[in-house]
Amino acid sequence: MNAIEIKDLTVAYDSKPVLWDIELKIPQSKLAAIIGPNGAGKTTLVKSLLGLVKPVMGQVEIMGNQQKIAYVPQTASVDWDFPTTALDVVMMGRYGHLGFFKRPGKKEKALAGKCLEKVGMEAFASRQISQLSGGQQQRVFLARALAQDAEIYLLDEPLKGVDAKTEAVIMELLKGLQRDGKTVIVVHHDLRTVEANFDWVVLLNTQLVGNGPVKDIFTKENLEQTYQMDRKVG
Amino acid sequence: MAILLDHTFQIVALGSGMLGLISGVLGTFAVLRKESLLGEGVSHSALPGVVLAFLLTGVRQTEVLLLGAAATGLLAVFFITLIVKYSKLKFDSALALIMSVFFGFGLLLLTHAQRIPTASQAGLSRFIYGQAAALLGRDIHLLLWVSGGILLLVFLFWKEFKVFSFDPEYARVIGIPTVRIHVLLSLLIVTAIIVGLQTVGVVLMSSMLIAPAVAARQWTNRLGTMTLLAALFGIISGVVGTFLSSTLERMPTGPAIVVIATSIALISLLVSPNRGILQGLLKRSRLRKEGI
Repeated sequence: MNAIEIKDLTVAYDSKPVLWDIELKIPQSKLAAIIGPNGAGKTTLVKSLLGLVKPVMGQVEIMGNQQKIAYVPQTASVDWDFPTTALDVVMMGRYGHLGFFKRPGKKEKALAGKCLEKVGMEAFASRQISQLSGGQQQRVFLARALAQDAEIYLLDEPLKGVDAKTEAVIMELLKGLQRDGKTVIVVHHDLRTVEANFDWVVLLNTQLVGNGPVKDIFTKENLEQTYQMDRKVG
Repeated sequence: MAILLDHTFQIVALGSGMLGLISGVLGTFAVLRKESLLGEGVSHSALPGVVLAFLLTGVRQTEVLLLGAAATGLLAVFFITLIVKYSKLKFDSALALIMSVFFGFGLLLLTHAQRIPTASQAGLSRFIYGQAAALLGRDIHLLLWVSGGILLLVFLFWKEFKVFSFDPEYARVIGIPTVRIHVLLSLLIVTAIIVGLQTVGVVLMSSMLIAPAVAARQWTNRLGTMTLLAALFGIISGVVGTFLSSTLERMPTGPAIVVIATSIALISLLVSPNRGILQGLLKRSRLRKEGI
């Protein structure tokens, strides 16, 4: 069973292609890394999977439905000065399940608390989010995704700029999700840690360079091609 | 002080207080979404609508004039959106351009309309700086009903407004219909601006949205508390401003209300704990001393 299936996907901003003719399948229960240089379209690929960008061409199929995806955006993408606490942010992960006119209650609060515990942030529950360090903010975002209780987890550079301790906590959690049968897809930038942490890899540079198990695809030749490929297409 | 017992004053103060309340509540979202300037555009652009509605219908009922206001206010937003989408102009330039054209056109029409004898009776000029004393009983009724509706909708869609204001992309991912939520929130903000025009006037109405919310943000890190505080600051500004305008001769209500609202905001910016400017200066000087 494939968790996601992308057919013939092309995405462009202002007629400049960011993703070109992508064919991609990621099987269920994989811990996958999306690798590629800056501007390779990694974030765009994630946003296409989430239905946040409109493709020029092609299709994205998600096992189950869109509601089954949890998302951890790049930490820079939100207003950290927003008047809200860590626990409050995690509770937002339940909003989609609640439906209209229903308010989060004790049940949601308890669940959010548990998710904060899983990322080791329970002591910071009532902290305003701008008073957290970068790594702590990342963990709060991860807890929010956990609260969504999804089948597929999409994370955009969750390890960017975090300390070693946070990195270990996050990777351990992601591996735990995989053990529970979830599919985890991570935009990743650190080539040195790919083999230790992931079992599936997607090499991307506007076009797809490689997609498959790490041991087959994460080769020197493929990486050279990914990082040196002439990015002009068409 | 006898004026406080005056029935007319009480009614008018009730209206201004209610207006302050909804301005505070919706201003919270406008400020957090960094869309408060849009309010400025809508309110200024409402002026030609008010005058046109009067010129076309000859009616001076508030509902008709406010419908005209809403029409040109929304038209201006539509133009601004078009310009941003199809030209290289940025939002602020598009806003400034459209707003000044509409407002200028409104003043032109108003000058023309003032020559018509019935127009001065219609009191169109009150829409520039606001005149709460000119509010009629039925105007207040309208204001109360609209405010009630706005508050109910904010209550019902609270969590949607909240997650949409904080992280709109995420809201979409978890299945919130963000386009509809955005439209609803913008419509509520526009409605609050339109019903406030008579009291506060087109020139200053947007301050009524911004000032209480900015003040409230200084005192709390929770959205619920911030909204309640902004509502409270709005009520205080509305009631005290109306009182000032009723006691001082020839004092329009809008400026009086806005002076109170911005004073609260200024004090909050200066002295609030954690986020206050004074607190920041104190902390810095203490650190510097310890450093030496």
